[in-house]
Amino acid sequence: MTQTSTTTADTGAGNAPYLVVDDLTVRFPTADGLVQAVSNLSYTLEQGRTLGIVGESGSGKSVSSMAVMGLHDYKRTQMSGSIRVGGKEIVGLSNDKMKEIRGADVAMIFQDPLTSLHPFYSIGAQISEAYRAHNDVSKSAARTKAIEMLDRVGIPQARSRVDDFPHQFSGGMRQRAMIAMSLVNDPKLLIADEPTTALDVTVQAQILDLLQDLQRDFNSAIIIITHDLGVVAEMADEVLVMYGGRCVEHGPTKELLTHPEMPYTWGLLSSVPDVDSDTSARLIPIPGNPPSLLDPPAGCAFNPRCAHKDKVPGDLCATELPELLPGARGAGHLKRCHLANPDQIYEREVLPEIPLDLTPATDDADTIAPENRD
Amino acid sequence: MFGYIVRRIISGVLVLLVVSIATFALFFYGPANPALAYCPETRCTPQRLEQITTSLGLDRPVLAQYGEYMKGIVAGNDFHAGSITIPCSAPCLGVSFKQRVDVADYLASRFPATLSVAVGAASLFLTIGVLMGILAARVRGSTTDRLIVGASLLINAIPVYLLLLLSYLLFISQWGIMPESGYHSPFTDGPLAWVKGMLLAWIVIGISSSTAYARFSRGSMIEALNEDYVRTARAKGLTERRVTLKHALRSAIVPVVTIFGLDFATLLAGTVFTERIFDIQGIGLTALNAIRGKDLPMVAATVLIAATFVVVANLVVDLVYSLIDPRVRLS
Repeated sequence: MTQTSTTTADTGAGNAPYLVVDDLTVRFPTADGLVQAVSNLSYTLEQGRTLGIVGESGSGKSVSSMAVMGLHDYKRTQMSGSIRVGGKEIVGLSNDKMKEIRGADVAMIFQDPLTSLHPFYSIGAQISEAYRAHNDVSKSAARTKAIEMLDRVGIPQARSRVDDFPHQFSGGMRQRAMIAMSLVNDPKLLIADEPTTALDVTVQAQILDLLQDLQRDFNSAIIIITHDLGVVAEMADEVLVMYGGRCVEHGPTKELLTHPEMPYTWGLLSSVPDVDSDTSARLIPIPGNPPSLLDPPAGCAFNPRCAHKDKVPGDLCATELPELLPGARGAGHLKRCHLANPDQIYEREVLPEIPLDLTPATDDADTIAPENRD
Repeated sequence: MFGYIVRRIISGVLVLLVVSIATFALFFYGPANPALAYCPETRCTPQRLEQITTSLGLDRPVLAQYGEYMKGIVAGNDFHAGSITIPCSAPCLGVSFKQRVDVADYLASRFPATLSVAVGAASLFLTIGVLMGILAARVRGSTTDRLIVGASLLINAIPVYLLLLLSYLLFISQWGIMPESGYHSPFTDGPLAWVKGMLLAWIVIGISSSTAYARFSRGSMIEALNEDYVRTARAKGLTERRVTLKHALRSAIVPVVTIFGLDFATLLAGTVFTERIFDIQGIGLTALNAIRGKDLPMVAATVLIAATFVVVANLVVDLVYSLIDPRVRLS
């Protein structure tokens, strides 16, 4: 990661954001009632930049990104708000029009490469198919392209491995193949939905390195969805923390990880284990369960689990939903919390308990020798 | 792969050996005395019965007869009854007590009729069933889906012999809107006569059996459509048609292949109701008549042939598996 991660969210006037999500709300009618999976979510992302979306299972992080791909069942999903990809509005776009965008302008990498690749087709055939869906080329030209992509993502002997089936690849190689497939059409936006969760720890770093490498070459925007703050610290320029379908904190990575202003983010930071710390050091889990999206709590969705709600006068937390507003640390750092002096509370009460240093990686983390990658 | 097939064939032969022993045991220890069937009731003296028993070779030890039966299958075994000799070349499955003909030759001459019923009906029910299943899965929860599932349950609840009988009575006997049924060779009588004679049987079995396939492929298809790799296929920007037919169907078809293999083998072994009702001279009708006439060599042969079809169908299904799914290694 380069030092650009320290720039503020307010980048470049001349650099129009490639992705603009504005007031996005996604609802699913179910037998038990209406599930509001994402509420009033807004963010923007420029090309060449990386946004990390963090949250627990069910916080709406995957749903919001699937919406960008238009991958929800049209008949079963109610969407409002706006998603503009390269200036084009895609909310309400027909499936036929949407498929022109999917895989070409916006591509996606999924969590588990074993289940996400078709077990009955060869790796090469699956990559060629993605290429031919958007390019009018012959089968052999697509195959050549597939070999080139496999080579690019670091598959050894790509020429012979192109005919292998997914089960003949290791987990890390499968995810590399998945990345090759998603990048074959040179997309301007890449959504990586927990790309390293299903992989060995040793392979995770390789995959993240590869993504950063490719981002430099392709200058694509990346959304990385994860619950792993280590991944965010390594990859993202900006972080968006989601809870109960809403954005609860949003800011530049270093700023947000060093000066978090929302108790939920504190909880996330406290529950990350650290290899360097004393084995007797405790992890501090967030008490309670994520809120039901069928019947979300009144006020701040986090209030039933929040350890700091008594520091807010009255029962404001239980009655009124806090606005997503800039905190004391500047316009680039937004938070959705009633606490008046979060920075002080964090320094005094939370930080001493956190075992881990999650400041974004410095340059020395980038100098992994190429031969150590595989 | 080759070694696998050889091993499967050996184990298949062992299964058939057990089946032949079982039918042979039925032959000798069963309640019916075959000789009695050929002894005219009014004039059946003990001497006459004795004579028939000897001429059929039923008085010799069981093991000797089984040995001869096996020898017949491998090397052929001409049959002598009094002054007449009936040639029976390998594989000799015996000589019919009743028709006095080589059982294997006789069944071979009846097989095209049964094969015709099986091929026509199976192509129909596989096509209709799988197409309906895909359609229902695609529009799951809609009125179309409920109609398909409902109709399939309704048709499935009616026994196929009732459908066969009713359709014969109504469409052929009563209203005459369907051509008279029966088997005509497509080679000597022309393909049109062949299709005409089989048409109603194909349609009735086709529709009746397609219901199970429709529900089965619907379930299998719904499962496949929810797979991660189908989502990946959509994320690539493929058309819905390609996502459904290439990505989802390829995996949804695997379990359908299994039941189809066994169903087809069962059809080949003889469709008793169909052949009886539509007067099609096939294996099923032969087996039915043989059981009635206590023509045990014929019964034993039809059982052995049916078992062979099931064994072969299982092997073919497994080979098809390995073609569809590259993860299946035959070894």
